[in-house]
Amino acid sequence: MAVLELPQWAALAPALILAGTALVLFLLDSINPHSTNRTLLAGVAVVGSLSSLAVAVWFTAAGVGATGIENYGVIDLMGGQFVVDQLALYFMIIVAIVTALVTVASHDYLRDHTYQAEYYSLVILAATGMSMMAASNSLVTIFIALELTSLPSYALVAILKDNRGSVEAGLKYFLIGALSSAIFVYGVSLVYGATGSLQLTDIAAVLESGDGAVGEMGGLLGLGILMLIGGIAFKTASVPFHFWAPEAYEGAPAPISAFLSSASKAAGFVLAFRVFTTAFPVAATTEAIGVDWTLAFVILAIVTMTVGNFAAATQENVKRMLAYSSIGHAGYVLIGLAALSAEGGELVMGAAMMHLLVYGFMNTGAFLFVALAEYWGVGRTFEDYNGLSQQAPFACAAMAVFMFSLAGVPPFGGFWSKYLLYTETINAAADNTILLVLAAALVVNSALSLYYYSRLVKALWIEEPILDRDRLAQPTGLYAAIIAAAVLTVVALPAFGPIADAALEAAAAVVA
Amino acid sequence: MMIEALIAVALLGALVTFVAPNRIAGKLAFAISLVPAALSLWLFTAFDGSGNALRGGELAFESQAAWIELGEHSISWFVGVDGISLPLVVLTTILCTLAIVSSWTPIDERESQFYGLILFIEANLIGVFTALDFFLWFVFWEAVLIPMYLLIGIWGGPRRKYAAIKFFVYTNVASLVMFGAFIALVFGLGDSVTSFALPEIAGAMLDGGPEGFFGLEGTTLASVVFVAMFLGFAVKVPIVPFHTWLPDAHVEAPTPASVLLAGVLLKMGTYALLRFNFTMFPEQVEMYAVPIAAIAVISVIYGAMLALAQTDLKRIVAYSSVSSMGYVILGLVAYTQFGVGGATFQMVSHGLISGLMFMAVGVIYNATHTRMVTDMSGLADRMPIAVGILIAGAFGYMGLPLMSGFYGEFTIFFGAFGSELLDYSPLFTAAAMFGIVIVAGYLLFALQRTVFGPYRLETDYEVGRAPLHDIAPMVVLLGLIILLGVAPSLIFDMITDAIDPIIQHGGDL
Repeated sequence: MAVLELPQWAALAPALILAGTALVLFLLDSINPHSTNRTLLAGVAVVGSLSSLAVAVWFTAAGVGATGIENYGVIDLMGGQFVVDQLALYFMIIVAIVTALVTVASHDYLRDHTYQAEYYSLVILAATGMSMMAASNSLVTIFIALELTSLPSYALVAILKDNRGSVEAGLKYFLIGALSSAIFVYGVSLVYGATGSLQLTDIAAVLESGDGAVGEMGGLLGLGILMLIGGIAFKTASVPFHFWAPEAYEGAPAPISAFLSSASKAAGFVLAFRVFTTAFPVAATTEAIGVDWTLAFVILAIVTMTVGNFAAATQENVKRMLAYSSIGHAGYVLIGLAALSAEGGELVMGAAMMHLLVYGFMNTGAFLFVALAEYWGVGRTFEDYNGLSQQAPFACAAMAVFMFSLAGVPPFGGFWSKYLLYTETINAAADNTILLVLAAALVVNSALSLYYYSRLVKALWIEEPILDRDRLAQPTGLYAAIIAAAVLTVVALPAFGPIADAALEAAAAVVA
Repeated sequence: MMIEALIAVALLGALVTFVAPNRIAGKLAFAISLVPAALSLWLFTAFDGSGNALRGGELAFESQAAWIELGEHSISWFVGVDGISLPLVVLTTILCTLAIVSSWTPIDERESQFYGLILFIEANLIGVFTALDFFLWFVFWEAVLIPMYLLIGIWGGPRRKYAAIKFFVYTNVASLVMFGAFIALVFGLGDSVTSFALPEIAGAMLDGGPEGFFGLEGTTLASVVFVAMFLGFAVKVPIVPFHTWLPDAHVEAPTPASVLLAGVLLKMGTYALLRFNFTMFPEQVEMYAVPIAAIAVISVIYGAMLALAQTDLKRIVAYSSVSSMGYVILGLVAYTQFGVGGATFQMVSHGLISGLMFMAVGVIYNATHTRMVTDMSGLADRMPIAVGILIAGAFGYMGLPLMSGFYGEFTIFFGAFGSELLDYSPLFTAAAMFGIVIVAGYLLFALQRTVFGPYRLETDYEVGRAPLHDIAPMVVLLGLIILLGVAPSLIFDMITDAIDPIIQHGGDL
């Protein structure tokens, strides 16, 4: 045994660092409860999330969890309750990046806010939950991580206590969240009842053993799976559990909208990816319950992207438009799960993960731009945004990058991830022709989305301002976060090779 | 690494210009753009490639690096130039520099953003003409749209929003059609291609073509792809009836954007037709030669007739592009050395001449604040130099010998007349030649009314001579037009060298 061998739980370092950061923030606040040293608080949060990012990137690069390397390989923790593999690290990276961007941007957004320390610690705690979700390997730890994410999120949405919209959104989010948690837990209990295990790998083992008892409980298991899908659909804001999203995103402080729509959604998807690839292998589960569960995701994907995009196209409020568009993007990512039934499905899933990573930058950036607009107090509709580029060319250039990237126009990152998703789906469609419909829906929806995304670009750059504005302030933190997100969206282009490799490795970690 | 350097200088220059203060942005962008212009001229002198890039030719300044591996097809950074692309690269860099100088007068707001976008376009245009991986090429191809959309939308004329959106939607939809078709082709080619490198795909097309894809048979798939790609590029060229975005975009765009639009962006369409349709699908070219030639002739005649009906100087020049690009299509479909070579030569020549014409119209507009033929008369008295250049450009358009337009059109007609691939080729050629008469008609008609006769102007502006920095870029262009007219072999030799391998595969001509 080496002298400096780290204990196994150190593999969870990216999540643990976040947890520690939250505690440090509490500590700082209790030492001086009336301090409004927001630079210190935001600084601690940023340093914490960046350290988490650094460790996660280091682990990925060092090959932790990579298959086929001696002495590394997948790390099982705490009796298999947690697992650190490439998939977990990949999503920890997404969460850490979004958290860092959001905390940097919050520095200015929360200028006059009373609950500074609480705000940052709640953000970091939610991020901890998301990181834990990425590594959870049993339905129990998944549920706990899910709630660790959800509870701070409810509070964060409602944190603007004097703003009715914020409080209302928080309440709505909480009620629907509680309902979907209940559904999820019910689903967990049904799955447990049918298979007798909670750990994902054990569930798969039971299903694959072809045990007669499982066959008899097929209906129960199917219902359980459907309920799990419901819980995940809530977390990822997929139709039909999407109604909270536009309200919550609109009412919440804009950095929190960015946080929820990017990081929380990614965490929801890592759950979906892990649960459905590890615990419910397609062939064995189909035999047990009689229905191919990927069918549910096919329907969910098409409905989600269509509803999201059509609703986004009719919005007058920019934040709501972004909220609905993020529902549409959830639909694109769901293709990754829908394609698992076909050969080559792991490539589609890899492409979907890549889309989540790119989406992490561009969507966070877009919401942070809205945060900047709220900071300036320019209003919320498209018309209010008219001609902003004359006063703030850099932020508006960054926003144009986000919009074109979200729409999937080359050369930005969004084009690449959508393209790969598209071609891999077509490729897999050779095996399962229903995927052709998905690929077609992806293209049609992307084309439609160009309409409302370019509308915002047009408002910012081409329309003349309706009213004269005073000189707009240039808050450093918000600017830094937005520009950083834009640079990441553009840099994703040359760096796409390694990103694609990482995503594929992550997908292979659970599918193979 | 020379091509990377070209693109990088323009890209970084775009960034630098974007952050520079408005006051110095124009001069700064000019200084920056001199670097790619000089570099590309150096590339021109040092060019040592031979053959066609897609037919196993020796590429010059080639570089290739692995980029993305996902699934069965790899994507790489793959650039290089052959005799077809090099003249177009030089055209791009020179025209961008001149366009920057010609915007010093008309552009008086948000300068740093304007010049930043021009340099951004330049980088992407160089990319389009040098990329040899389909993906890389498509990225550059689409990336040209965004800055052009903004250039028209922000600095354009009164109907700029309409024109910008029409431009964006038209060309983007066309790109999607073309993109979808090409991806289907690559999947249809099956295991014989493992990457998106154009030479590999072109090679696979020669070795038997696609196997079929989702129920379509190989030959049907090839035909469908050929037609879809042709339509996709036809919008960019543009060919009648897909030309309606062009006059709107041209008329609303600020002068320098029009210069780039007519000078280089339209060539993207014909360049792509040559590289994809006419290089990869020799059999389909043979099959569809007659309809394509018919469309080309209709474009020539109809475009010229439309130009004849205009009273706005800029619209006249804009419609004349439709007509001139029709000649290029005719030359391509002739599929002879002179036809295709002349078409490529005409791409460069039309880039220079139409750029010159738009600049000249822009200078007149700056001075008179009107573009209506009916509003002015006798301008030659007040601004002799600018008007002289306009007249010279018009003669270039009409194909006066010793100017590049003559050589381009002559070789196209010569090539098309003797084409064995195209049925009734003398008939098509004769019909297209009639276009020259109409061109001469509308140009002389417009000139006679605007620049000759007694001075009269129906606006309140006092017309004086244009400043030197407006005249200088036009003089440079005129010099190049005459240079290529006198010594066409400067580029024609390298063009034919790159054309010959295509023709040999095009049905034993």
